[in-house]
Amino acid sequence: MSASHITKKLAVLSGLLLAPGVALADYALNMTQGVTEISNDIYDLHQLVMWICTIAGILVFTVMIYSLINHRKSKGAVAAQFHESATVEVVWTVIPLAVLVAIAVPATGVLLDIEDPSKSDVTIQVTGWQWKWQYNYRDEDLSFFSSLAADSNEARQLDADPSLKVKADNYLLNVDKPIVVPVNKKVRLLLTSNDVIHAWWVPEFAVKRDAIPGYINESHFTATKTGIYRGQCAELCGKDHGFMPIVVKVVEQAEYNAWIKSEKAAIAAAAGDSNKTFTHDELMAKGETVYKANCAACHQADGSGGGPFPGLIGSKVATTGSIEEHLKLIIVGKGIMPPFGAQLSDADIAAVTTYERNAWGNNTGDTVQPVAAKAAR
Amino acid sequence: MSDHPTGIKRWLFTTNHKDIGTMYLWFAFTMLFIGGAMAMVIRAELFQPGMQVVNPNFFNMMTTLHGLIMVFGAIMPAMVGFANWQVPLMIGAPDMALPRMNNWSFWILPFAAIMLVAPMFIGGDFMAGQGPAFGWTFYEPLSGQYDKLAFFIFAVHLLGFSSIMGSINIIATILNMRAPGMTLMKMPLFVWTWLITAFLLIAVMPVLAGVVTMMLTDKHFGTSFFDAAGGGDPVLFQHVFWFFGHPEVYIMILPAFGIVSQIIPTFARKPLFGYASMVYATAAIAFLSFIVWAHHMFTVGMPAAGELYFMYATVMIAVPTAVKVFNWVATMWKGSMTFEVPMLWSIAFVFLFTIGGFTGLMLGVVPVDFQYHDTYFVVAHFHYVLVTGSLFAIIAGVYYWLPKWTGHMFDIRLSKIHFWVSAISVNILFFPQHFLGLAGMPRRIPDYALQFTEFNQISSIGAFIFGGTQLLFLYIIIKCIKGGDKVSDEVWEDAKGLEWEVPSPAPYHTHATPPTVK
Amino acid sequence: MSHAEGSYYLPELSHWPLVGSIGLFLATGGFAYALIYGIDGALGNMTVSYIGLAIVIFMLFGWFGTVIKESMAGKYNSQVDTSFRMGMMWFILSEVMFFAAFFGALYYMRNFSVPWLGGAGNNAMTNAILHEGFQAVWPTNGPANVGGDYKVMPATGLPLWNTIILLTSGVTLTWAHHALKAGKNSQLVLGLFLTVVLGVVFLSFQVYEYGHAYNDLNLKLTTGAYGTTFFMLTGFHGFHVFVGATMLIVMLVRAMKGHFTAEHHFAFEAAAWYWHFVDVVWLGLFIFVYWLI
Ligand code: HEA
Ligand code: HEA
Ligand code: HEC
Ligand code: CUA
Ligand SMILES: [Cu+2]
Repeated sequence: MSASHITKKLAVLSGLLLAPGVALADYALNMTQGVTEISNDIYDLHQLVMWICTIAGILVFTVMIYSLINHRKSKGAVAAQFHESATVEVVWTVIPLAVLVAIAVPATGVLLDIEDPSKSDVTIQVTGWQWKWQYNYRDEDLSFFSSLAADSNEARQLDADPSLKVKADNYLLNVDKPIVVPVNKKVRLLLTSNDVIHAWWVPEFAVKRDAIPGYINESHFTATKTGIYRGQCAELCGKDHGFMPIVVKVVEQAEYNAWIKSEKAAIAAAAGDSNKTFTHDELMAKGETVYKANCAACHQADGSGGGPFPGLIGSKVATTGSIEEHLKLIIVGKGIMPPFGAQLSDADIAAVTTYERNAWGNNTGDTVQPVAAKAAR
Repeated sequence: MSDHPTGIKRWLFTTNHKDIGTMYLWFAFTMLFIGGAMAMVIRAELFQPGMQVVNPNFFNMMTTLHGLIMVFGAIMPAMVGFANWQVPLMIGAPDMALPRMNNWSFWILPFAAIMLVAPMFIGGDFMAGQGPAFGWTFYEPLSGQYDKLAFFIFAVHLLGFSSIMGSINIIATILNMRAPGMTLMKMPLFVWTWLITAFLLIAVMPVLAGVVTMMLTDKHFGTSFFDAAGGGDPVLFQHVFWFFGHPEVYIMILPAFGIVSQIIPTFARKPLFGYASMVYATAAIAFLSFIVWAHHMFTVGMPAAGELYFMYATVMIAVPTAVKVFNWVATMWKGSMTFEVPMLWSIAFVFLFTIGGFTGLMLGVVPVDFQYHDTYFVVAHFHYVLVTGSLFAIIAGVYYWLPKWTGHMFDIRLSKIHFWVSAISVNILFFPQHFLGLAGMPRRIPDYALQFTEFNQISSIGAFIFGGTQLLFLYIIIKCIKGGDKVSDEVWEDAKGLEWEVPSPAPYHTHATPPTVK
Repeated sequence: MSHAEGSYYLPELSHWPLVGSIGLFLATGGFAYALIYGIDGALGNMTVSYIGLAIVIFMLFGWFGTVIKESMAGKYNSQVDTSFRMGMMWFILSEVMFFAAFFGALYYMRNFSVPWLGGAGNNAMTNAILHEGFQAVWPTNGPANVGGDYKVMPATGLPLWNTIILLTSGVTLTWAHHALKAGKNSQLVLGLFLTVVLGVVFLSFQVYEYGHAYNDLNLKLTTGAYGTTFFMLTGFHGFHVFVGATMLIVMLVRAMKGHFTAEHHFAFEAAAWYWHFVDVVWLGLFIFVYWLI
């Protein structure tokens, strides 16, 4: 890091010390009550335990403070020499025990409610990827990826213009494509992962469950109010763990049905692209978008890479290597690099390959069409 | 007067418990500053939303190394340092039972620390964050993605080896080297807590070694411990890790309990209220610590019966811990208290550790933990028990015994400033994190949504003040070693225990002929 | 506490611990380096590791040599002896816990993860969606048939022989111990010798068995959960047998030199305890790894 760079950072830091916070007060002091029955139960339980602890604390601290004030040598207090009392010991063992039982009983009830296996109305398979979520509506044959919204993504880059985060819609808590579920219907979640452990968490539903590769964890929620609910990945999953939010739109049943229909139509339309032929410029433009959304997280927007992530500028694979090998690598992945075959269409893959082979001075002049990507699968 | 070896050899080849204790303490102090500097990087990045100081990978590396260095580099070695200095003094032994092995336990540590942090620097690109960046809990399969994992694994092996040897030594010393008349139930509580801690260490460090060995073979030799494809399970990692990890947190707090249990009676001028029940409570906590590990894993999807069991067992720990807290309070009750610096830190310990204990209890309640888990509420919990718990007790212990070690009284005015600024700023630092957690801020994230800004700024300001204040601590210690008012053998008015019967500063060899305890 | 025989022996400065630390650092760090950057050629990246290992061995000779010298010079009173005993006992406990981690992993795989992959408990969807058709039986190499088809290592045959061999070695060692306490040095030497021979035979059988597994059964370390637990458990045990046998060989040499007396022979007992511990672990292995499948 150069000296001027550091000075700049210090300036930003100290500027913020003086200026009031960038966001206007929108903070909470307590847990959210949420919009499901379970989240309300959990909230109540939280209140109960918190108050028990507060009262216990007040009792203990009162005795202690009284003693600190009155039993000091400077006030002439003479030390009593009493110690060891079986009665006292028993009393102060039994009382906490009783308090704990008072906590454990309602807690057991709430837990058993959460583990309710009864039938659900919508089943969504949620798969964690580094660093995005894939949703698969199992009854609808509908599957898509949901990743950090583009404006947030731009604003979160190191040294991005600070005003961008204020301008971004729900900075860091917004996605390019939210999931939609019907209100007052039980939604069953089947959670799993493609790479490392993630955790799907939406505070308002009080659902936090780990998504574990090779296993499926179940959870469920029944939202009682329409609206948009936001959450985040809650298990450290690598570099961009902080940047894989969750957005759930809870809507009326009719609106949900309409949404499913339009999604299916869009998928049918995209399938046609696989056999189309695009011009070089079309591919470059599309490729840049795909690259920014999927690849820049590791290889950087300018293709320079960093750390374990190789730079792509002048990289053998992206220049002199065969196009086929390049396509294969993107489709099946390699080491930490995830496979993109499932999440990118043939057209996307062709476009990003074209882009990588020509951007940042790679200038191979190659044009890769979707049919080539299709063949490489 | 040179009754002891001098020069560099004195430190490299020493077999003296005091020299080794001193080296442990300085090592721990150095690590506290390195780990603390990393915490400052974390707090600087979190001072405002957006990425300003480091990139996300570097941030994760800071979090990871901060946790590891504080746990394995600062708190644990500091406690071992105290054990080395104080256990022989307090039980009337001429030295540790196995003096050469004692030296080995120490000298492995710096090498392990080097192996832990070295990957940060290889490849040249420091800012890229090449070091371990998967959290101090190094969950599989995330840690398995790290290409330089083997260095990390062997660093952990070395740390474990060192801890096991150190613990064997402490147990052998306590069981075999007590002065005549020093029965088990006459031992100072600090000695008792270390006896039990050492047992915990011997029981769980090998399990940690086992789990990192499994990681090594999974990564480099094709085994399937943590891979579902071969019949393994990533969650298996967490079970084995937390079987170690939960006792580990008590390893960090039990000796702290011991230190505080020495200090409070001294300055309340009153014997500990319930010595025997304190001993039994310590043992009970240690026992329970083996059967609660999965409370760190409530969201992995265990069967409900398992979750309930682990909840019940977890909240049970509040009972013996309550016994401890009540005993400290009862010891102060109707005492004749004075507020010397070690006492100030101990009182702050009792207050603030209890707060951390309460949040621990809240975390133990399964359904609510679904909301708390992996948020800043957890971060607040464990810093209250670790910083205002373990670290405060360590600082209290340093102030309590430093005059005995150096023969000088430390600068009382400065040390009071140190205390008050620390005690206030540490709450500015960690209390708002409760609110952040409840409001939904996940932990281990380098950047956050705008509604979390204010509390993060408050927390960061607290962090800078708290961190800066520890430089004062360093100054006070160095000043005290260099000189200061001479202290009596007893140091503190009417202090009880064998360590106060030897001269100040404690000579190189003490209790060469064992004292007799009535 | 007895201080009858003079004060507790406190050693002077010793360079062995630091030498040992450096040795361990180079041995492990070098090995890590080789694993990460590849083990080229015969030595290649492993050179540093081997140097470290050599230093550790050098240290062990030096350190134990010093201890033996001090012991022979009568510097250790009975209290020092007790410290050594405690040290060894607690060290063995730590070894027990190390094995416990691996037995725990075996238990977990057999009783939890493999059944779950087969759809047990609340994992019906795990099986239905991710591992369709996978049947949970033990032994297994997992839903992906990791490592390919393999055959199971039967408990009868070599493993059974090995059990008998190790149990017998426990008996010969105890016989040697009795001889030692009775002051019969030649019986001691013979007993130790037999124990070492049995240990070496055990290890040879083990090596043969591994060869058989790799060549004929296609059972490898990489054979999913079964191969993993089989080789990790038996492998670490084998390594401990090797260490134990080495200790016994040292004891044999010392016995032949007449180092031990009926009253003063802690080193022998430490090695014996270790050997019995290794014995007991084998019984666990025989039952849980070989037999109950
Ligand atoms: C010194 C270390 C230390 C100590 C002492 C404790 C003490 C306790 N901890 Fe803590 N804990 C950690 C260090 C520690 N913890 C760390 C480092 C983590 C995070 C690890 C990670 O994920 O990185 C953690 C995480 C953690 C979790 C997991 C949270 C999550 O990730 O979701 C849980 C859950 O149960 C928990 C519980 C407890 C409990 C019940 C206690 C109990 O021992 C507390 C008992 C004390 C009291 C209760 C107060 C005194 C009692 C009274 C005054 C009597 C009256 C009380 C009543 C009966 C109400 N801890
Ligand atoms: C074991 C003890 C311990 C101690 C003492 C501390 C001390 C501190 N911790 Fe620590 N912390 C952990 C254990 C500890 N922590 C653990 C286990 C984790 C979890 C890691 C994980 O998630 O994997 C954690 C995580 C953690 C986080 C969460 C990170 C995240 O989730 O991303 C934060 C954030 O605020 C934090 C802050 C601090 C601060 C400000 C201090 C302060 O108390 C530190 C005070 C500072 C000093 C005492 C040093 C002073 C030195 C200087 C002032 C010198 C300055 C020099 C330069 C700048 C060159 N810690
Ligand atoms: C999770 C981070 C990550 C993401 C996201 C990612 N890559 Fe990679 N990529 C890697 C890593 C790591 C490698 C090095 C793989 C190896 O050699 O083991 C790599 C290698 C490559 C290479 C070969 C470079 C060389 O010189 O060897 C190309 C080309 C490439 N990636 C293209 C892409 C494209 C196109 C995308 C997006 C569609 C993408 N990557 C997304 C991590 C990533
Ligand atoms: Cu995905 Cu964190
Ligand atoms: Cu715990």
